[in-house]
Amino acid sequence: MSDAAIIAEGLTKRFGKVEALRGVDLQVRYGTVLGLLGPNGAGKTTTVRILTTLLAPDGGRAEVVGYDVVRDAEPLRHQIGLAGQYAAIDENLTGMENIVMVGRLYHLDQAEARRRAEQLLERFGLAEAADRTAKTYSGGMRRRLDLGASLVGRPQVLFLDEPTTGLDPRGRIEMWDVIRELVSDGTTILLTTQYLEEADRLADLIAVIDDGSVIAEGTSDELKTRVGGEVLALRLADRSGVPEAAGAVLALGPGGGNVDNNTGEITLPVGLDGTAILTEAVRRLDTAGIALADIALRKPSLDDVFLALTGHAAEQADVDPVPAGRGRKRG
Amino acid sequence: MTATAERTTQRESRLGYAISDGWVLTKRNLITYVRKPDLLVFSTIQPVMFVLLFVYVFGGAIELALPPTIPYVDFLMPGIIIQTAIFTATQTGVGLAEDLKKGLVDRFKSLPMARSAVLAGRTLADSGAIVFQTLLMLVVAFLVGFRFHAGLPKAALAIAGACAVGYAFTWLAAVAGLWLRSVEAVQAASFTVIFPFVFASSAFVPANTFPHWLRTWSSVNPVSIWVETFRVLTLGDLYPTTSTLTSLLLRSTAWFIGFLVVFVPLSVRRYRRT
Repeated sequence: MSDAAIIAEGLTKRFGKVEALRGVDLQVRYGTVLGLLGPNGAGKTTTVRILTTLLAPDGGRAEVVGYDVVRDAEPLRHQIGLAGQYAAIDENLTGMENIVMVGRLYHLDQAEARRRAEQLLERFGLAEAADRTAKTYSGGMRRRLDLGASLVGRPQVLFLDEPTTGLDPRGRIEMWDVIRELVSDGTTILLTTQYLEEADRLADLIAVIDDGSVIAEGTSDELKTRVGGEVLALRLADRSGVPEAAGAVLALGPGGGNVDNNTGEITLPVGLDGTAILTEAVRRLDTAGIALADIALRKPSLDDVFLALTGHAAEQADVDPVPAGRGRKRG
Repeated sequence: MTATAERTTQRESRLGYAISDGWVLTKRNLITYVRKPDLLVFSTIQPVMFVLLFVYVFGGAIELALPPTIPYVDFLMPGIIIQTAIFTATQTGVGLAEDLKKGLVDRFKSLPMARSAVLAGRTLADSGAIVFQTLLMLVVAFLVGFRFHAGLPKAALAIAGACAVGYAFTWLAAVAGLWLRSVEAVQAASFTVIFPFVFASSAFVPANTFPHWLRTWSSVNPVSIWVETFRVLTLGDLYPTTSTLTSLLLRSTAWFIGFLVVFVPLSVRRYRRT
């Protein structure tokens, strides 16, 4: 038996005219966390939907814990858990009822489903809220309940589709703690995210996906060395000078860079000539009379990596997903 | 154990799971009705307003077109009850659209549960609501003077029939919900689809006042047939009709089965593809 819990080879999927996946290859070893990192629309959710048997691929094949996702979909469903982007819980049920329902659908008997629900609610800090309807839960509590529900069947492999999208910073940190705990239990996890920091913190290996295919794979450190050397980051005192400053300094690096007109920040990879380029940049900006608020050489972040790999920023137009609907609309 | 026996057991446990999974989801959907009583309250207020409108506003005029032996309220209530069952059935489409939007359908599909359970649980729970609603409307009917004139067994059959009509329409609503995937779109589309069935029928007024083309449609319209059957079962000999009860029952049943034969497979197929 292979030591890979998830193997995907050349997955393709097309929705009408849109090519959602153009040949996705992935391998995730047992007991590790793969972060599938990419912007909205890169193909993350489609990949997860295929691997969790919700969607059949047009081409390619995939196996999860040795089961083919199309041919062996039924036995595979006993081995996987899915927690989604939109917190798939019933807000009219209590936390307890939500998890018991999922337990019953895993064909646990009533008593066992209840025991399991109690454990999971306790574990995710929801014991006190267990008998309140999920409608009254905060965003973070809903996500934890959703995660709890995905663990009822003791899955070998857990799929987390953007587990923290739309959460406030506190909810995000709580969620990270919970996920790290699962990792330490040895659960194999495939996690999709558009947050570089999240992939950096939680994943053993990161696969960068853009426009329907995986364009780079490695540990966070490996990916960072791809950028090569250091990054020069500077911030202007007056944002109106950004275009002029960009013209002056971008050409100094071996190629490219990122200009953020909103924050007045300019970053560019500088390879191994960091100090020389920094000095030259300061001199040029001084000559042009552009005042700096901050300038520094730093190790590249995953943001820089993403930019270097794709030519565009990862967290473009951070659109919040539709929050789980409150109440029922009546026409 | 022989291979055949093993397969039989497997099939039996599959059926067992289909039933228990369906029941788990039926209960879940019924809990929603209990926790959000406004869902049923509002869908009751509307038909009650229809009753008041037709009985007290239009009733006097419409009664002139009826044989003098029949009080208008006895003519009207079968139509109102069938209409209420059909409108309540649209909740199936709304519920499915909501579950799709919230990702619950994705969760259910990723679980090792029976594929049939989501649709079965939805349509059954909504049929529970239809039964409740029908009984409630009967109470209203009695308050405004409606009476059974053909005995209790026939009355019971009429009531069961009205609920069956609602059940048939839950499957039409299921197709709409899975197809349109938005609560608002389902509500708008339901009304558009249901309107010609319910209003271009003999549900509220006798069809003999209709222009010829409308009478032709009304005579084949299943809602007319169901309502006529209900009337014969509750008015008995007071209701003059050219059809025998047997013929009406056969045609009603045929339409009921026809609805299921068309819309159950359609919604199952649609569900698999979502």
